[in-house]
Amino acid sequence: MATIEVGGKSIAVDEEGYLENRADWTMEIGEAMAKLDDCELTDNHMEVINFLREYYEEYQIAPAVRVLTKAIGKKLGPDKGNSKYLYELFPYGPAKQACKYAGLPKPTGCV
Amino acid sequence: MAKAEFETPELKEFPEIPAIQVGSMAHSKPFIAKAEFQEDLGFPGELPDDWKDKVIAKMGELLKKYRSLQVYLDSCVKCGACTDKCHYFLGTGDPKNMPVARQDLLRAVYRRYFTFAGKYFPKLVGAVDLTKEVLDDWYSYFHQCSQCRRCSVFCPYGIDTAEVSMAAREILDSIGMGQKYCNEIIGKVYKIGNNLGLPGPALIDTMEGLEEEVKDDTGIDVKYPVDVVGADVLLVTPSADFFAEPHVDGLIGYGKVFHQAGISWTVSSHASEAANFGMFIGSYDNMRKVAMRIREAAIELKVKRIVIGECGHAWRVAYSFLNTLAGPFDFLDPKYPVPQHIVEVTHDLIQRGALNFDKSANDHLRITFHDSCNVARASRMGNMPGGQFKLPREVIKAVANNFFDMAPETIHESTFCCGGGGGLLTDDLMELRVKGAMPRMQALKQVVDDHDVNHLVAICAICKSQFSKTLPYYNFPMHMIGSLHALVSNAIQLGTKE
Repeated sequence: MATIEVGGKSIAVDEEGYLENRADWTMEIGEAMAKLDDCELTDNHMEVINFLREYYEEYQIAPAVRVLTKAIGKKLGPDKGNSKYLYELFPYGPAKQACKYAGLPKPTGCV
Repeated sequence: MAKAEFETPELKEFPEIPAIQVGSMAHSKPFIAKAEFQEDLGFPGELPDDWKDKVIAKMGELLKKYRSLQVYLDSCVKCGACTDKCHYFLGTGDPKNMPVARQDLLRAVYRRYFTFAGKYFPKLVGAVDLTKEVLDDWYSYFHQCSQCRRCSVFCPYGIDTAEVSMAAREILDSIGMGQKYCNEIIGKVYKIGNNLGLPGPALIDTMEGLEEEVKDDTGIDVKYPVDVVGADVLLVTPSADFFAEPHVDGLIGYGKVFHQAGISWTVSSHASEAANFGMFIGSYDNMRKVAMRIREAAIELKVKRIVIGECGHAWRVAYSFLNTLAGPFDFLDPKYPVPQHIVEVTHDLIQRGALNFDKSANDHLRITFHDSCNVARASRMGNMPGGQFKLPREVIKAVANNFFDMAPETIHESTFCCGGGGGLLTDDLMELRVKGAMPRMQALKQVVDDHDVNHLVAICAICKSQFSKTLPYYNFPMHMIGSLHALVSNAIQLGTKE
């Protein structure tokens, strides 16, 4: 079983570095995951990550890209409510990369 | 999400057959499915001690069940016509990615255990003993075939490489060596209804969001209905259409077409997925179980027609197999084909003058079209041979002014796979996907250079996701890829006809 070391503790992750148990998530784990990808989490990243976690809590799935862009646009202004902004934050693709740092499972399928 | 540790192939001025690089892709293999994902599909969770006997027994069973498989294993004469037809060979140079050589990994074992000559004189006929090394080679290289069947077009015997790859994967599943990506996804279809694991409430929330978006854009109330009993059309579309870009713009387009034509429609939360990965893993039982959801949803929602969205292999399963997998569909309206492709629906409405377009809405785009392999080589559209090539292009030309085809040897039945088909659209195979995209990228570059093409259209969710990911490796913009019905969506004039 793969793990990630955070604050002296070993946290279980899958082959691709996604958290095995969603309940394990802390902000520090998200930051440690980002660091492995040479990414520094800012407040802008956190806005997205928090929304993903809230949405997942309600719907048991990460939000579709249009749901996400609309929500971010409402919160941070229309210039940020688009996938270009999200790709700047999460260059590997907002769905997969942001879900990973948010401790959510990876979206599967033809995406 | 680690940085790619491989080189992207160079796009040359003319396509070249690469120099052989023995073993260059031997390291490529997808993650193995965990025991729980295997068991959801009725497969063992891990490799049993007597795996060797089980492999031979399973191979024997498949040879009996699919006589085509035995014909394909017997009839290859090693003419070599297929060798340079595979996008994975062209992109990697690994000789085991020549379709004949990949098939031979299975064929050599077949000969050893099922033919007279192979049993008694194995060395004379290239027969080999089944060993763990052979098995690992199967796992690696039968996950370097996207089952696109381009090689089969050029095979003088019509050997269907995809069917050989499917058989190999089914054998691997039967001994606990399933692939994580496909098998986890099929399990989600059973539990939640689609590949993504998008539950009903999230689906409804997403579709309501699209209604708001279209209302904001156009001022028109276009509906995106879920689970409406008594609708005329059940739309079965890949769940990526709900979730991802550029797919969602296609879904928005389907809704506008139905709206403008006055056709009542719905999606089903029970069958909220067109994809059928049962085909990719060669499992008839799983393919049937996935397909049955469509029948169940059609009955439950009392629809008259089934329409399939932009999904390549779903259209193969629907067009070629749905009736025998999940039929008869005698409860549907016999005036319409069962099932119908969304492109057929839109094309038919255009022919009948039911839709108005402002083509200039797409004037910023210079468009080319990527024929998806399963649509091109395993199905048809309309009622004429080659309709699957003609109809999408006619729809594009009806809604846009600037269309340019790629080189003839790379389109229609000779189309190159996007590089991510057949259950290989997974991050753990990124090197294979990037290298396998090379022939398509080469053909694309030519129309970009010659005609300033800036937009690549596809009618398959896998192709769209694969190109979003691989275009930047070849220095094309990610957003160059789009849905066919996004073009329709841009140009359609809502509210202009009764």
